[in-house]
Amino acid sequence: MGDLGYIAPEIILLIGALFIFCLDVAYDPGVGKKSGLSYMALSALFLTAALVAAVLQLNISDPEAGPKVAFSMMTIDNFGSFIKLTIFSGMILTTIAGGRYMNRRSGNQGEFWTFFLMVSLAMSIAVSANNLVLIYLAIEFLSITSYMLAGFLRENRRSNEAGLKYFLYGSIASAVMLYGISLLYGATGSLYLHEIAAAFTEIIGDSREISGLAFAGLPAMLLILAGLGFKASLAPFYQWAPDTYDGSPTPVATYLSTASKAAAFAVLARFFIVAMASFEVNWVPVLAAFSIITMSMGNLAALRQSSVKRMIAYSSVAQAGYILMGLVAVTSSSPSAMDGLNGVLLYLFAYLFTNVGAFLVVMALEETVDSTHISAYRGLIKRAPWLAVMFTIFLLSLTGIPLTGGFFGKFYVFGAAIQRQYFWLAGIGMINAGIAAFYYLRVVREMFFTHEGEGETLDVPMALQTSLLICTVATVWIGVYPSAVLDWVSNASVQLLSVVP
Amino acid sequence: MESLDSIVLTVLLFWPLVAALLVILLGRSDSQIKKGSIWASLLPLGLSIYLLFAYDSSAGGMQFEQFAEWIPQLNAGYHIGVDGLSIPLLFLTALLSTLSLYYSAGVINERVKEYFFLMHLLEFSMLGVFLALDYVLFYVFWEISLVPMYFLIGIWGGENRGYAATKFFIYTLVGSVAMLLAILGVYFATGTFDIVEAAAAQPFAGNLTLASLAFWGFFLGFAFKVPSFPFHTWLPDAHTEAPTAGSVILAGVLLKLGAYGMLRIMLPSFPEASVYWATWLVGLGAIAIVYGAFVCVAQTDLKRLIAYSSVSHMGYVMLGIGAAAAVMTPEGLASAVNRFGLTPQAIQDSAAMALNGAALQMFNHGIITGALFFLVGIIYERAHTRDLSRFGGLATKTPHFYGLMLTAAFASLGLPGLAGFWAELFTFRGAFAIMPYWAAFGTIGIVITAVYILYRIIQNVFLGEYDPTKLTHWTTVQGEHADGPTDMVGFEKVTMWPLIAAMFLIGIYPTPLVSYFNKSAQELLAFVQNLI
Repeated sequence: MGDLGYIAPEIILLIGALFIFCLDVAYDPGVGKKSGLSYMALSALFLTAALVAAVLQLNISDPEAGPKVAFSMMTIDNFGSFIKLTIFSGMILTTIAGGRYMNRRSGNQGEFWTFFLMVSLAMSIAVSANNLVLIYLAIEFLSITSYMLAGFLRENRRSNEAGLKYFLYGSIASAVMLYGISLLYGATGSLYLHEIAAAFTEIIGDSREISGLAFAGLPAMLLILAGLGFKASLAPFYQWAPDTYDGSPTPVATYLSTASKAAAFAVLARFFIVAMASFEVNWVPVLAAFSIITMSMGNLAALRQSSVKRMIAYSSVAQAGYILMGLVAVTSSSPSAMDGLNGVLLYLFAYLFTNVGAFLVVMALEETVDSTHISAYRGLIKRAPWLAVMFTIFLLSLTGIPLTGGFFGKFYVFGAAIQRQYFWLAGIGMINAGIAAFYYLRVVREMFFTHEGEGETLDVPMALQTSLLICTVATVWIGVYPSAVLDWVSNASVQLLSVVP
Repeated sequence: MESLDSIVLTVLLFWPLVAALLVILLGRSDSQIKKGSIWASLLPLGLSIYLLFAYDSSAGGMQFEQFAEWIPQLNAGYHIGVDGLSIPLLFLTALLSTLSLYYSAGVINERVKEYFFLMHLLEFSMLGVFLALDYVLFYVFWEISLVPMYFLIGIWGGENRGYAATKFFIYTLVGSVAMLLAILGVYFATGTFDIVEAAAAQPFAGNLTLASLAFWGFFLGFAFKVPSFPFHTWLPDAHTEAPTAGSVILAGVLLKLGAYGMLRIMLPSFPEASVYWATWLVGLGAIAIVYGAFVCVAQTDLKRLIAYSSVSHMGYVMLGIGAAAAVMTPEGLASAVNRFGLTPQAIQDSAAMALNGAALQMFNHGIITGALFFLVGIIYERAHTRDLSRFGGLATKTPHFYGLMLTAAFASLGLPGLAGFWAELFTFRGAFAIMPYWAAFGTIGIVITAVYILYRIIQNVFLGEYDPTKLTHWTTVQGEHADGPTDMVGFEKVTMWPLIAAMFLIGIYPTPLVSYFNKSAQELLAFVQNLI
């Protein structure tokens, strides 16, 4: 088994994807009949198996032990496993909730769920890869499958726009990133992250002066940041995001804004912390600038939206800015409890459940009243009280109000920034929190503050309700008792930081 | 009693949460929810009264402390305790909560379940802030107190409720996040989230720049809540739109959270920065007193007038706190001594007096303004307007209402024999020895207060001939048509009399209450002197 055992989650997903694909080709349910829900169930089953495999790979007992390497190109460490756990949880919740949504809108269910598992596979590979070519391939794989999923509703023009826009921006971003990779290879002669790091350490040494070939490191860093920043929807590479999230089928938008973003951040963190450690002085101001622009642009744009789906799309751009704040404040030298990387991981974990939940509420409204406009949420407390309450919890979590996961996420990234004495960064984050509260509350206001609206009671599908409930429980659980998650998080980051020379 | 003492604070704190959950899960009919809520709220009230008697004043310090592990990774725990400062405030919180629930049972008939759920949740969060001795816990309660109040204003408020609720939430949130950053700063400087331990470790001692940053971070958080001039602009809107009980709790307790934070956290943790910035605190306080009073005179809406009077009256609290802040370090004390040639002991006594005045003002303002907001609610339920120009000559029509309003208004004005007097006397007497010019400036406010109380409220609303053409549409409190103003009914009287009684009690014999505060004030002043 050996190396094969290390990539068990990936193998399970691959088998799952091929199985559904073959089944779809071989089995014809007959004209007019749809068997989408069974494909959905299969997809959820394989994802759960992959989740279990990833959890089993978590090494809680002995975090100091070094990571395992599979086929020399993938590092299986707690960092990767934790991110996989996060991603798979999001994908499962989205799958369960999105089955009926997709089944109603498209006849090609086998195809959809095949791609859905492929996307999960791509993310899974990307977060473990330690070789730039494999990283590039995984990101490309992720992108191409995502293009197809975003534009999956072929009769829907908005969905087509979403797919095309994502594709056009994405292909440029990939090319840019590839150029950055080639520069790194030219400068260091290696594509392995740790070898690149070693080569740079040798050139730069303790003097911290960048000389000779190391100069190539700076443009390469920026180019790769552009490629990955595109996937993480960082400003100024986020323009695709609102249109794509808004136009895509909601299950796709859900994972694009959560799981896919988590994968991009994981790759970003691994690349910067492992390969670019010598350039820390240089990447800190760059990432800080990106962080500030991202959160400010996202929040300011979200203020003006009248579609809730689009508002959450912009808000998830802004959230990426906060997450990046944690990466800015990573202290590779002496990890502490409130390290920036811990902040990134905790934030991603809490944010995943919160934002998946928020998108699922949007999905529920699309399913029942077929609208994403804010007026559809008017008086929701009367029509679907639990939906309104859960949405409020998600929105409060996105705002960062205590007793929700979002609070501890913010607490950690702000804490990391303060620890490194980036007061200005934390200050700008603070102002942004105020701006963001405004548009989140606007929805709460619509849902609760009206006395009319004795409309019909909404009939939300059972599966969707289950997913929503899980998201709510997770969000509140992280907010009330974060201790358990914090253990996983610090195990994950300790292993990544320990490889830094 | 031993076993009770070990858990009394936890029961006190979590009981309202249990009550809130019971309302949601078991609440069937409106009347059952109302009755159950009122009965449930008697337990925290009883426990807070028990604490008043059980607290050992001679020993002082933190008592009934409890500790449990919560987030060991961060060294943040569930640490609660009470001292002479927090016990009366807990009593105030429980008392106003019970009265608010009782009053609301009479006037709230819409979305009853949600309303009583939120009121219990609000009590839970407020008690939490007064009990918490851990920064994370403190912040958690501090922030979640926003949420129920936001909904209370937004759902049961007046015309412009959405705007007022959002404004309230965002203003306080921005302040809170600034405080969060300061809390994190303290954590990295001391390695603990424990409020008492962190203060003992004196974060940023010797580094005035960082200490000032943290000081202002906390100050922003607290000043938005107090609200101190110029951060007060959310207050009139929130008060005007809030339902009666919401206003009572907002003015009676939520504003105290800010002042409490200053006393509990800012003064002991950052004595050097406190001394350095004391003039600012006193200045802002004195400006708030005078400015708030002048704005009151110009109001045409009775509720807005009372709201602005809160700005003015909380200025006294800031004045007292700022005066004491000036002598938190030996250097500060020495310079105060030099200014007047008083003995250090005299200055110390003055500082203690200023602190006692500030704390007493917090309590009194809760009682008095709480009563005033109830009274405004009582008249609004009948007249459905708060426009001062539509009232006049009500004294003959509603004698009971007139009597109670007169008492509360005079207490607010600082008439000797009623509660407000002692707080004003202590604050100004204490502040005058330390910051004479600002204190003298602040006294202008007292005169203007007399103007708006006597002229705008008493004369305008109650005295003169009753003119039925001014306001033709009157109802009874149940909403039935009435030919003119009707006097208070049973449940309104029951709501009001405990507050009125407290005004007299404290006004005639303030010693028991002051002795709690005085103990804490002495400890606070001695705390820093002992450290150095």
